[in-house]
Amino acid sequence: MTAMNVHAVRSIYRFEMSRWFRTVGQSVLSPVISTSLYFIVFGAAIGSLMEDIDGVAYGSFLVPGLVMLMLLTQSVSNASFGIYFPKFTGTIYEILSAPISYLEIVLGYVGGAATKSVLLGFIIMATATLFVPVEIQHPFWMLTFLILTALTFSLLGFIIGIWADGFEKLSLVPTLIITPLTFLGGSFYSIQMLPEPWQTLTLFNPVVYLISGFRWSFYGISDVGVGISFGMTLFFLGLCLAVVARIFATGYRLKS
Amino acid sequence: MPPILSITNLAKTYAPRPPRQAAFEALKNVSLDIQRGEIFALLGPNGAGKTTLISIVCGIVTASSGKVTVDGFDNVAQYREARSRIGLVPQELHTDAFESVWKTVSFSRGLWGLPPSPAHIEKVLKDLSLWDKKDNRVMTLSGGMKRRLMIAKALAHEPNILFLDEPTAGVDVELRKDMWNLVRTLRAGGVTVILTTHYIQEAEEMADRVGVMSKGSLILVEEKAVLMQKLGGKQLALHLTSKLDAIPASLSGYKLTLAAGGTDLVYSYDTKGERTGITALLQDVAAAGIRFKDVETKESSLEEIFVSLVREPRP
Repeated sequence: MTAMNVHAVRSIYRFEMSRWFRTVGQSVLSPVISTSLYFIVFGAAIGSLMEDIDGVAYGSFLVPGLVMLMLLTQSVSNASFGIYFPKFTGTIYEILSAPISYLEIVLGYVGGAATKSVLLGFIIMATATLFVPVEIQHPFWMLTFLILTALTFSLLGFIIGIWADGFEKLSLVPTLIITPLTFLGGSFYSIQMLPEPWQTLTLFNPVVYLISGFRWSFYGISDVGVGISFGMTLFFLGLCLAVVARIFATGYRLKS
Repeated sequence: MPPILSITNLAKTYAPRPPRQAAFEALKNVSLDIQRGEIFALLGPNGAGKTTLISIVCGIVTASSGKVTVDGFDNVAQYREARSRIGLVPQELHTDAFESVWKTVSFSRGLWGLPPSPAHIEKVLKDLSLWDKKDNRVMTLSGGMKRRLMIAKALAHEPNILFLDEPTAGVDVELRKDMWNLVRTLRAGGVTVILTTHYIQEAEEMADRVGVMSKGSLILVEEKAVLMQKLGGKQLALHLTSKLDAIPASLSGYKLTLAAGGTDLVYSYDTKGERTGITALLQDVAAAGIRFKDVETKESSLEEIFVSLVREPRP
């Protein structure tokens, strides 16, 4: 038997992607519509009254933040649902009894969820170009931040999906933590616009670093140094990986 | 030939879940060897530990202590080799409701690390009479079809050992017989089959050996025929020409009962004994002036043996 069960990773990945395409209306249309609404309201209606931020028109300034907002929420929701659903229906028995390593399980589920989020990120960026001018100064870094953030938050979603023992808990973390952190993390404004002590307090919000780095890759402007943003992104990725490794080492909520 | 599955001193205690559940000892030091190519039936009432035993072998539940080897491979340290040989059909009908039959069966094959093989999937679906449903969503299948689908998923990856946990629970007589035939076909193809069941008839019909579990312990493992011979009492029924009100005093030394309103005289004897006492009984019955028109013998079924085993406390 080979060192890695590639067929298994591919099977889980395809299964997850097929689930996404099966519900393509809900998976793609709803984020695209809500993003479009953001652009119409904040970009076209209110945006015209706003001043440029660091030389970038407010409508364009919004794009990286909105992509991040969707990326974070969709990564968490896709990945958490992806692993929670087999637990809920009982089909997890097959995953647990198959000759698959935990790494392969994570690759399949998290890889699937992250792919969906990245694709969605591109779709939202394309949608944004219909409303506002969008410039990407550092495409490589844009892609790096996009992929790393999608992976990190898909891992977080995976953790939530394993932890959750009901649909209520599944939506608890995204609703109570992810969405507020994203809204307060500079999706719609530069944190420089905040008065003290909020400006300093905001630096404790991990999402600030993700949005700031991502926005820098678009317009070359950032709230915090891009190196710090990149470092923090890697830190959160490592943190999530460590938690997932711990979950599998103990069989937490998976094996009795 | 070494056993294909070897279970040594396996124990499992489920951790307490306060405040509702205390710690529960589901398996107590179970040891069992399964021979290559046999059909082994694991019998036992609900909560006996059958499913826990299977779940540990398959990797779904972690053992508290003990060792399991599958075809010589440790099921923890060499889980890939061990699990790749096992197919599991769980008791509950866990299915992906929104997927098609074809996709869900192909998914199982992929999980076990095998390259796609449409020809094999087609054969499995045809063997299980699911071929015409291959494009249907799983949610549209009947209960019996879902049960067959679970078997198809387990066979998709060509296992050497197949675990069937209560395979015929809730299926009709016809489907049950189809499943028995399928199990026999699988065995003919070299697959070792281990099934748990409540239906003694199933074990009696199919198994080469029978294991009986009760309260987490494996209380008996025996060749089915030997078990029935060993523990099976027999009964001799004399259908009388005229009704008896009471057993005559001259026959009080025999284990006799009156049945069918006094027209049947039933003698219970043990096949294990050298002498069954039948000859003497028939002479004494004739001497007592009792006439009979027919004679019938009846063997204890596995069910009766099973019930007597799990009811009686072990020494």
